[in-house]
Amino acid sequence: MLKRRIIPTLLLRNGRMVKGKQFREFRDTGNPVTATRVYNAQAADELVFLDIEASQENRGTLLGIIEQVSKEAFMPFSVGGGISSLQAVRDLTLAGADKVVITTAAVENPGLIEEAAEAFGRQCIIAGIDVKKEDGKYVVYTHSGHNRVDVDLISHVQNMEKMGAGEIFINSIDHDGMMQGYDLELITLVSEATTRPVIAMGGAGNFQHLVEAYAAGAHAAACASVFHFGDNNPPRARAFVKNAGYPVKTV
Amino acid sequence: MIGIIDYGMGNLRSVYNALDYIGQDAELITDAARLPDYERLILPGVGAFTNAMNNLRSRGFEAGIKSHVESGKPFLGICLGMQLLASRGVESGDTTGLDIIPGDVVPMELGPQFPTPHVGWNNVDLSYKHPLFAGVKNNIDFYFVHSYHFVTLDPKAVLGITDYGGPFNSIVASGSVVGVQFHPEKSQQGGLAILENFATWDGKC
Repeated sequence: MLKRRIIPTLLLRNGRMVKGKQFREFRDTGNPVTATRVYNAQAADELVFLDIEASQENRGTLLGIIEQVSKEAFMPFSVGGGISSLQAVRDLTLAGADKVVITTAAVENPGLIEEAAEAFGRQCIIAGIDVKKEDGKYVVYTHSGHNRVDVDLISHVQNMEKMGAGEIFINSIDHDGMMQGYDLELITLVSEATTRPVIAMGGAGNFQHLVEAYAAGAHAAACASVFHFGDNNPPRARAFVKNAGYPVKTV
Repeated sequence: MIGIIDYGMGNLRSVYNALDYIGQDAELITDAARLPDYERLILPGVGAFTNAMNNLRSRGFEAGIKSHVESGKPFLGICLGMQLLASRGVESGDTTGLDIIPGDVVPMELGPQFPTPHVGWNNVDLSYKHPLFAGVKNNIDFYFVHSYHFVTLDPKAVLGITDYGGPFNSIVASGSVVGVQFHPEKSQQGGLAILENFATWDGKC
């Protein structure tokens, strides 16, 4: 039986690991390579690295981190942040990334998803979608939550699937870092709109929140604060989720 | 020395890194003429079946792989590398495979409650004891990511079965050849144990 995944997510800024609230107020949370070693020892299911200030200067730093990570992490990992060309996908996969998360470019140039899926296989391409709720309606954002864009969420999800994205990574800006639980309505809406696996992000503050995300339709729950700010780790998360009746990885 | 066949299908660094981590010497092979220098070969890969076979053929690897296997030397196919062992694949075209283990590689067609790719951790039920899985507990989880699966009419070729919307063949084996649909290099202790066993396996069962 396929297991539900718990995915620690590491936000990177200038080569350091950070965590914020609602895409702002970032706090330093340590060295990403050290954190990776710990997650590897704890047999985390998978890791996601998101470079939140992706820029030309940062690209080299990011590739360096990914190369180090790939020598220490014997689990799949994905990398996102500022990926806008096939060359960027190639550079990251050659540095060791198994998958890439494409968010801003997926809105600005959906054809990139198609080209990347064709070149690297759709299992390699995750469509990232950052969402904010405004006047009761879900609105898509790009550029790490800075730019509001005029695309319908559900059409965008379905277009990503059509273009060949292998997974959908849905992130709630409102819930990010608040540790009050995921946006369950958003998860259900998106998972019902696509036949691709959905990774939910934004809001986990305890392990019950992960269970709620699965119940809402998520195949995988990504989380950051719950592991950064508290005495929690993936083995304890797996034990909790298992007791709640969802299958988890047997080590 | 383990040779990792580099035929232009995706990143092979993770397989190399995993072997390096467990202290095994490995090299990437880009020149088919060098295949006979290696006692053990790994065929990794991600991407589509047809492209992969075209790449293997245009780079001259097919004959060398077959003679390696015919001489009874250990051979491990991973993910797409496992699927290429089949007689035929239908991903972006209808293509003859390496035809080392009889079977077809076809899309997983499951209900809407079973999205593809089949991605994540899933357990493997071993059909019989095999040296490559010595010390590996039955039914532990390995990391999978694929949308096609290996169908064979030869029950003896099936070493492991996994359930995703129904059973499918997650390990095929024949003589000195084993193919795993999952990624041992991404499957932590259980996966590294398989690679460690492969490094010392003499190809006999």
